[in-house]
Amino acid sequence: MGQRMNYARRLIPIAVLLALAAFPLSGNDYYIGLAIKIMIYAIFALSLQLLVGGAGLISLGHAAFFGIGAYAAALLSPESEAGGLLWLLAAALGSAAIYALITGALALRTRGVYFIMVTLAFSQMAYYVFHDTDIGGGSDGIYLYFRPQMSLAGWMPFDLENPGVYYLFVLVCLALTWGFLAMLGRSPFGAALTGIRLNEQRMRAAGYSTFPYKLTAYVIGATLAGLAGFLYALKDGFVTPELLTWEQSGLVLLMVILGGMHRLGGAVLGTVTLILLQELFQSQALFGDYAKHWHLPLGLTIIALVALLPNGLAGLPAQWRERRETRRGTSAAPHSSASTVPSSASAGTGPRADASRSRTASSSFAIASPTGTSNNAAAAQSLSIPGGPHA
Amino acid sequence: MDTSTFLIQCLNALQHGLLLFLVASGLTLIFGIMGIINLAHGSFYMIGAYMAFALNPLVERWLGGGFVTTLVLCLVLAIVLGYVLEAAFFSYLYRRDHLQQVLMTYGLILVFEEIRSLLVGNDVHGVPVPAWLAGSVPLGDILTYPVYRLFISAIGIGVAILLYWVLTRTRLGMMVRAGASNREMIGSLGIDINRLYRIVFAAGVALAALAGTIAAPVSSVYPGMGNSVLIMCFVVVVIGGIGSIRGAFLAAMLVGTVETFGQVLFPSAAGILVYVLMAVILLCKPEGLFKQG
Repeated sequence: MGQRMNYARRLIPIAVLLALAAFPLSGNDYYIGLAIKIMIYAIFALSLQLLVGGAGLISLGHAAFFGIGAYAAALLSPESEAGGLLWLLAAALGSAAIYALITGALALRTRGVYFIMVTLAFSQMAYYVFHDTDIGGGSDGIYLYFRPQMSLAGWMPFDLENPGVYYLFVLVCLALTWGFLAMLGRSPFGAALTGIRLNEQRMRAAGYSTFPYKLTAYVIGATLAGLAGFLYALKDGFVTPELLTWEQSGLVLLMVILGGMHRLGGAVLGTVTLILLQELFQSQALFGDYAKHWHLPLGLTIIALVALLPNGLAGLPAQWRERRETRRGTSAAPHSSASTVPSSASAGTGPRADASRSRTASSSFAIASPTGTSNNAAAAQSLSIPGGPHA
Repeated sequence: MDTSTFLIQCLNALQHGLLLFLVASGLTLIFGIMGIINLAHGSFYMIGAYMAFALNPLVERWLGGGFVTTLVLCLVLAIVLGYVLEAAFFSYLYRRDHLQQVLMTYGLILVFEEIRSLLVGNDVHGVPVPAWLAGSVPLGDILTYPVYRLFISAIGIGVAILLYWVLTRTRLGMMVRAGASNREMIGSLGIDINRLYRIVFAAGVALAALAGTIAAPVSSVYPGMGNSVLIMCFVVVVIGGIGSIRGAFLAAMLVGTVETFGQVLFPSAAGILVYVLMAVILLCKPEGLFKQG
């Protein structure tokens, strides 16, 4: 029975992938466009999930890397012909990574709320560079006329101008991003990040030099956000400074938190939910003239979802299970205490909470295996080995 | 830049900084004492400005007009709004972690903006400067400076002095300061923390709304006016050190000066300058200029 469950679990992603790959055959342009948008934002949200859910680094400036990736694609593309895909992709990811390396090295000196604000500051700087100078056409933005092509000595394996092919390309990028992050989460590096999220001081005491880990995570997250931005530029063929605004950073953070921070699926679930809610409330067919006031129901829905789902959408099954167990009378105490502890440790609590946090931190580790995430178990394991790689 | 232009820019910087201080002081108190990241604080500024716009004709019709009457009415309404909001919404946020507060107050921004759009629409509106403040004082040979801007600065300085007095000389101020340095401790010392929270929150809303109300005749009212102020105020709060009124005052002055003179001296880089300032300050002092507690 357990084995069969395991097989089923392994088959689910493949089935989902196949279903998604077959989706363009349905042929409705609107839905294909919507699916592409969701997938791009899913990559974007996954890249932030590595920082927020993985390393506990709450960034309110992640849109900078999205925008830089998009601008790199638009600025470096030749105007009258298609650019080379590989070179443009490398340039987009590289420029996002370089900006992340410079700003991350500085921003990671701060923590908590201050880190949130410094990342915001750096993304606002990038925003004003594109908004106030003529580099990318100022506030009007810039066009990208041809989607880049990949050609190997005259032979083109695929043509991105074809919407179906472009859809598949985005899907492959999403699948690769997911696979890469899942692998990263299971690796010693991912376990170290989880340890840093839960208790950085303890990780340092265990012999880890935490700064390089955090910086590496920051740069990887930014690079993947650059990938999302690159795909976004290709999607519309149009890039504006709006992509770098703090509202954009807030939106993607919203997706991550709404889905539930500590799981990859959560980021994707949050993205799908938020974008579909936006589309739903904007639909004139359903709401008529009130559709232009779609922010109101969206805002109320966000408030309601957060109020009802403290662990995000992905935490919903666990929440139900817990409630059922309480109703049955079995003790649910370890569940409830464990689910509150890591969130308080991961959140950027104010500086005053630091002292109390470090005092309670040792006890938080003892019970920090909340709601069955494998990451935390791995971190606990790696911590029990005396001395890390940097001992 | 000659002397009188320089003087005018100095006065502008002062006025801009004081307005920022009004909004940021409430934000820093709510942040420092209640531990809430309130993204909706900019909306209170917006609400204040729109109240000035919407109440002005009503006051003229029913109460015989008068700028001061409008101002007082706005303040009273803002205090009521703050009190009700705290009781109905924010009091549930204390137990949530920061990220969820960010989410919920983000949702609140959307709600406030849309309610504004439903009630008043999306047009830009001007608000008349009251007649007795409409003049201008001569400055140098040709240049003049509007009295109303001086009035804004005067109110800002007045409120700053009042805040200083309340915080350092009264029992309430003592409790607020104690709350800013250790929240759990003053609760266990038998101070009614819920009442304190409610007062602080209502005061914060009133300060932001006051800033919006008096700024409306200068800046006019427009959609999204809260968001730009919000980000600037977070910059001020963080530069000053969370929970510190003194820090907020100093940082507001600094940011006001940099923004005003940046726009005159380096128009193309004006937007970036403030963030450069913030990054530099935080990299030298990672917890702001005046860290509380």
